[in-house]
Amino acid sequence: MRERDDEVLVEQVRELRSSKIERGTADILGERRRLSEPMTETEVNRRMFLRSLFSFLSVGVAGWTAFLAWRWMSDETKYNLLRRTFEFNERVSQIFYKPERLSPEFSPAAISPRRVNGELGMTGEFDAANWRLRIGGLANQSDDLILTLDEIKQLPRTEMITELKCIEGWSVIVQWAGVRFSDFVEKLGINKLPHYVSMTTPDNEYFVGWDIESIMHPQTLLAYEMNGEPLLPEHGAPLRLASPTKYGIKQIKRIGRIEFTNVRPRDYWAESGYDWYSGH
Amino acid sequence: MPKQLETKHSLAIRWLHWVNFPLLAMMIWSGLLIYWANAVYGVWIGGYELFHFFPPWFYETLGIPYRLAEGLQLHFFFMWLFAANGVAYVAYLIFSGEWRALLPIPSSFRRAVTVALHDAHIVKDKPPQGKYNDAQRIAYTSVILMGAGSVLTGLAIYKPLQLAWLTAIFGGYQWARWFHFWLTILFVLFFVVHIVQVVIAGWNNFQSMITGREIVESEEPISSEAEVKA
Repeated sequence: MRERDDEVLVEQVRELRSSKIERGTADILGERRRLSEPMTETEVNRRMFLRSLFSFLSVGVAGWTAFLAWRWMSDETKYNLLRRTFEFNERVSQIFYKPERLSPEFSPAAISPRRVNGELGMTGEFDAANWRLRIGGLANQSDDLILTLDEIKQLPRTEMITELKCIEGWSVIVQWAGVRFSDFVEKLGINKLPHYVSMTTPDNEYFVGWDIESIMHPQTLLAYEMNGEPLLPEHGAPLRLASPTKYGIKQIKRIGRIEFTNVRPRDYWAESGYDWYSGH
Repeated sequence: MPKQLETKHSLAIRWLHWVNFPLLAMMIWSGLLIYWANAVYGVWIGGYELFHFFPPWFYETLGIPYRLAEGLQLHFFFMWLFAANGVAYVAYLIFSGEWRALLPIPSSFRRAVTVALHDAHIVKDKPPQGKYNDAQRIAYTSVILMGAGSVLTGLAIYKPLQLAWLTAIFGGYQWARWFHFWLTILFVLFFVVHIVQVVIAGWNNFQSMITGREIVESEEPISSEAEVKA
């Protein structure tokens, strides 16, 4: 069907098309023309017609196939494809991940006005004075380990001024003070790290899952101070996660329980179609 | 008068060009779904916002609001195809030697002005050209650089910690987002101008991006062999 013989081409220098006096860019760069043998008008029209027919049919079939494939794919199939792409992207990110790479830190002058977004898991009654952090999934311990805020504050203190990036697209520069999660893990005496960490609010309404590499990053803090003051209730008092390694949706406020686990934990926003990993 | 068929656009160029069209469209569409969640850019003149990206009717008409998750899903799926298509295109230009037909040289800028004046019917003579005139060389090379810029600013927003050096090159996270947005606006402007120019250039020119060939007047006589075949 396809005309092959007009592919027997004569290569010519572009000079053919250039004026005799001035050299054009095509000549200077040595662009070449590719031309078929000369032929009659009837012949050239016949070939062009066949070629057009073939080309337009190919493009039409390709475009129509792609369109139909997209139409016939069920919403569930599409959703699964896109969710698996998030997981694929996560694996690619982890190949290139280096824990020693740090997020930039800023001067105190760069600190932004506070911005509140999200109160999931923080709307019910809450008795801050009697708050305790529960820690589950520790080896050789069936019951949760329970810590008070004072006990947490006795762990090594770390401060950082980093950019909190919301998945919506805005960002604020915040000063945090708290305990590095890695220091916390060290104090707990965990020898063999699991693959994941799950965190939930005391009312279990909000929950996040973290991969172990990101939670052990030196800039991931269990924070109890923000911009030089104890955390405000709307920012997650008494203890929240603060980390430039992931979007704000992952930096859970008012942590109730932390669990070490090898099973990929549930994640509130991942269940609404967002990227579980959401890693920077 | 004998004719010749000129191979204007090779098969690879045509496929890469046409595949890029839906891919870029998907990137822009999903980008809009994402941008809506923090729609902060506008055109400002002397403390007055001339135009805000985008007015409410725009979002309502297109059904954009509250589709951030969907936008992110699509964006981070099609990014692979968009980037791969772009890399394949650049690789093809390099290895086939077709960059000679596309890249501008310093004197192209002077000739491009003449091309523009010619198109505006102010100047009679057109500068000599190959497949593309010098204005096209500049435009088509720019659009490739814009594609590279979109991928790089996109990566700077996507991985601002692991690629902190890249984010820093663009002046930080928010500036990278700003560049990423404006590059998209430039793509849309390029698209509008491109369509207008293609319409003006006519059917034969358009057809050549699908068939690859264009009928040209021959300056050589028909060889006896070809005549027999005809």
